[in-house]
Amino acid sequence: MGKTISEKIISEHSEKDVKSGDFVISKIDVAMVQDGTGPLSIDELKKLDMEQVFNKDNTILFIDHASPSPKKELSNDHKKLREFAQKTGAYLSEVGEGICHQRLVEDWASPGYIIVGADSHTCTSGAVGAFATGMGSTDIALGFALGKVWLKVPGTYKFILKGELKEGVYAKDIILHIIGKIGADGATYKAMEFDGDGIENLSMSERFTITNMAIEAGAKTGIFPTDEKTKGYLKKRNREDKFREITSDSDANYEKVFEIDLKEIEPTISFPHTVDNTRKISEIDEVKLDQVFIGTCTNGRLEDLRIAASILEGRKKNQGTRLIVVPASKEIYKNALKEGLLETFLEAGAAIQSPGCGPCVGVHQGVLGDGEKVLSTQNRNFKGRMGNPNGFIYLSSPATAAASAIEGKIVDPRNYL
Amino acid sequence: MNLKGRARKFGDNISTDHIAPGRYFHLRSNLSKLAEHVLEDADPDFANNVEKGDIIVAGRNFGLGSSREHAPRIIKISGVSCILAKSFARIFYRNSFNISLPLLATDTDKIEEGDELKINLEKGTIEDLTKDIKLKSTPIPQFMLKLIQIGGIEEFVKKYGDLKVI
Repeated sequence: MGKTISEKIISEHSEKDVKSGDFVISKIDVAMVQDGTGPLSIDELKKLDMEQVFNKDNTILFIDHASPSPKKELSNDHKKLREFAQKTGAYLSEVGEGICHQRLVEDWASPGYIIVGADSHTCTSGAVGAFATGMGSTDIALGFALGKVWLKVPGTYKFILKGELKEGVYAKDIILHIIGKIGADGATYKAMEFDGDGIENLSMSERFTITNMAIEAGAKTGIFPTDEKTKGYLKKRNREDKFREITSDSDANYEKVFEIDLKEIEPTISFPHTVDNTRKISEIDEVKLDQVFIGTCTNGRLEDLRIAASILEGRKKNQGTRLIVVPASKEIYKNALKEGLLETFLEAGAAIQSPGCGPCVGVHQGVLGDGEKVLSTQNRNFKGRMGNPNGFIYLSSPATAAASAIEGKIVDPRNYL
Repeated sequence: MNLKGRARKFGDNISTDHIAPGRYFHLRSNLSKLAEHVLEDADPDFANNVEKGDIIVAGRNFGLGSSREHAPRIIKISGVSCILAKSFARIFYRNSFNISLPLLATDTDKIEEGDELKINLEKGTIEDLTKDIKLKSTPIPQFMLKLIQIGGIEEFVKKYGDLKVI
């Protein structure tokens, strides 16, 4: 019996011929925490008297969730991360450098790696052909110290993407469509492997959007085989030497196979309060918006900002709607500045904030008021997610978000193309 | 290992944002303080009326969302001894076993708020003493049962000096 991509990568790291369902101890290549989860990891390592890291260059502490810090307690958490980095030599990604998942794909994630992070959206890195998965603070603490984690090898669901998207429909619509179809627990514990002729046309940025949201279907990871796009991306990132071919075997065992016809997908919106509560844009009633947020590890990349800026160019946001833009990393911020995208956003009436998670986590930079509605390009819309359980979060692509900011209500972005 | 406690009912899709809301992000390094808000966005009174030994009984996909281990930790700190649900989100599932909070997947429809429950973890059996019914659960994998018996992954590493599958 052949192997899926996940089975191959975990076999290599556990020096065992593994199949789905096996419990193994696996070596890891990269381990990371962020400022919401890292302080607990460090506390646990102190308790175990194991304040050490298995590999300085690939052990990373990101300050991105509450960054810059809005409260003294969080400032002290940040201090704890800095002190640990100083003591162990681990890499510290400071305030303003960007969101962990974006920074990982910029400088660390490579094909065949096992990447573990104390953040559920660690699955983002799977788009480069890595096995990347989110865990808790204690798992990652042990990963830091020992360079390994315990894993149950997941079974795999294959998603065959066919054909091409229509104009005005984007990667975010693909993944919202899939989650709407299979449900928020539709792939619980599984690896979601994406394949088919439809992936050839997807840029790496679009693939990151898709794997980022695998966890929103409950999956352990989202993963793409590597191809010329992966190679080109790694070359641009000065990591061409890290390229290798990663595909599943033709006789690999898939627990389920789904075929997705890309041309059938419309701009899609997730309604409050679950990601799988999706509707096609053509089927929704009027939803007036108090705020629109463009950014995050899902959709805060340069391509996303270009799409949003192309719609907002020469236009103004609706007077009754706040528009917040947060580039996902410093590099994206710099390039958006160079390309004039930030000026476009400013002219349209946006507030631009420093790279990080922004208002997505509900700590700062755009907490909702009671009864307020936001359309966001982020990945989840749970009750209370953006800091107020009496707020309402809708999810969409950057194009839909930009068009909706102009009208102050959720609208079809194709009216602006 | 036998557990006995009172059922506390919740619905489907209780997320880590319901359990440990983001607006209390700054309390994450103060878990006992954060525990004063446990499950606040699903039941604002829960933290006030939870009793030691209580058993959370929920619907589908309990614990979905973020990787925050603070979620199962504050549930445990609040005195809850076990969680029963139709299904669990995977990061929450492994986090709970890592900190020695047992979870059992079972059909929870027949159990009502306040029912007296008796659970055997090794056998995976659940008795609703109030209703006089017995329920079966999906067996806990051997490795994870070991984590519960030892007292969590840290105790495991202390005992064996390393991570290994036993």
